Order: sequence, then C-alpha cells, then structure tokens
Amino acid sequence: MNLRKILTIALVSGTLMTGTIACKSKISDSDLKAKVETAIQSNPGVTVEVKDGVVTLNGTANSEDEKLQIENAAKAADSKGVKSVQNNIVVNTAPPIEINTNDADLTAKVADFTKDFPTVKTAISDGVITVTGELEQARVQALKMGLDALNPKKVDMSGLTVK
Amino acid sequence: MSLQTKYQVLIDTAKASGMTDLAIAEQEGVLHIQGTAPNADVKNKLWDIYNQIDPNFLSGDVVMNVDVSTAVSGSQVRVITESSNLNIRKGPGTDQPIVGKAAKDEVITLISRANDQWWLVRTKDGEEGYCYAQYLEPIA
Repeated sequence: MNLRKILTIALVSGTLMTGTIACKSKISDSDLKAKVETAIQSNPGVTVEVKDGVVTLNGTANSEDEKLQIENAAKAADSKGVKSVQNNIVVNTAPPIEINTNDADLTAKVADFTKDFPTVKTAISDGVITVTGELEQARVQALKMGLDALNPKKVDMSGLTVK
Repeated sequence: MSLQTKYQVLIDTAKASGMTDLAIAEQEGVLHIQGTAPNADVKNKLWDIYNQIDPNFLSGDVVMNVDVSTAVSGSQVRVITESSNLNIRKGPGTDQPIVGKAAKDEVITLISRANDQWWLVRTKDGEEGYCYAQYLEPIA
C-alpha cells in the first residue's frame, strides 16, 4: 500500500467522521422535539418545546421524583442535541392532611363526644386517643367515626372490649 | 404488608367515588384518609369497607374523616342516634343548656355549620339550637 492511498483513506474517513458529528449537532428543533416527546410519552401531562436545542418542559407531575425523571429522560433522548433543559413542570400537591395534636383542644372535644358512650374511657396524649372500657358491637363504628372526625393522630381501640 | 396494600380496596373505592379534596397519606404508621363525599351513601360505603378490612377498627392504623358535600345550609338532615332523642342545645358544647330534642329518624333543617362538631339546626316545630354533627346524616 503506498502513502497516497493511506492518505486518501485517512482523509475520507476523517471527512466522514466530521460530517457525522456535524450532522448530529445540527439536529433540527422539530426533530429534537419529536425525540424528546417519544422519550417522555408515558407522561401525557407534560408538553415539550424546543428552541435552538434548549428543551422546555411544561405541565404537571405527581412528585418531585417524577419531575426529575422526566427531565432526565428528556436529556437522554439526545444527549448531544439537547443543549439544556428548562424544567417548568409543576408538582401536584394533594391537599394537606389535617391532624390535631393540640391535646387540650382534643381532650375537650373527645369529652364532648364520648358523653354518649358512658362505658368507654379515653385518654389523650400527643394527639393519640386511647380507648378502653367496653362497648356493644353495634355502636363501635359510631364511636370510631366520631373520634376520627376530630382529626387525631391515631385512635387506639385495641384496649376496648367489644360486647 | 404496607398500610396502602392492606387498605387498597378502601383507597381505590375512595378514589373512584367522586370524592373532592381527597387526601390520603401515611404518617407515623397511621393511614389518614380525609375528603368530602358526594353523598352520605358514599361515606357509609367507605366505612363498611374499612370495617370489613379491620373488624371493629381495633388495629388503629387508619384515621378516616369523610365529610358529606350535601350537608349545606338549608338542607335536610336525618337524626341518626342509636335509639334516644338527640339533644338540641343553646350553644355548641355539651355544657350548654338543652333547648329541645329531636327524635331518632326525624328530619330537621341544617341552618349552618358552627364547626365540624356542632351544627345549628331547626326542627319542624321551630326549635332552634345546636346538635352534635355525628348524629346528623345529610339526605342526598
């Protein structure tokens, strides 16, 4: 093999490689958008916009983890084509759980309610209502419903004798 | 078994029942379920399911507080005491004097909700006062 031939091969393959790289970095915004959309298609609540290789994600996710997963999936869709990801996804937050840990307030409310359950004794500590004594089976649900409605941390009826 | 798995049927039913403001979260080993049911039937159904999974609620691993959306001012509510009459009191609290009584199964009018525990009501005879909300069931 002569020198000229080797040089030609080197030149051609060099051109080819450069060409391929150039082509990858020049993926059009619309192609990139399609790629990212495919990558995150399991999240229908999220929309994709692409401008000059910058991906913008809008929509909602169910958790911070999910939000991050979608961002990572968008980046991974075309690691060379995606310059950066603007993650505007909003995390849906469920209404917060109300818990009454004010023992004085809870004690007063429990006393009010359990006046109709004279065979039942209650103790309140740190938001937990502990129920002892005895009660006929037919009224157990009414007792539990009334106590749960006060939003305690816990209602412990394991010490209650059900007749 | 996790609490969510143990009470999966209850959670699924709550989610599928048209509840509003439904919040389900596990805190310190207790599953809290809060929300507003579209009617009293849904609330009763959820309590039946809960009772089936945990008979007599003795495990203490759930606190469920279900409100009913039809319990609005001017609506009719039924007295659901065990057998006795329901006291109607001058103010919201059992230390308040009794100003009237409503019989079991009597239908009375909800005037307003003073708080989650005490509702202001009026009987057909025109007696007005506060009743304990747990003994009043909204009529859908």
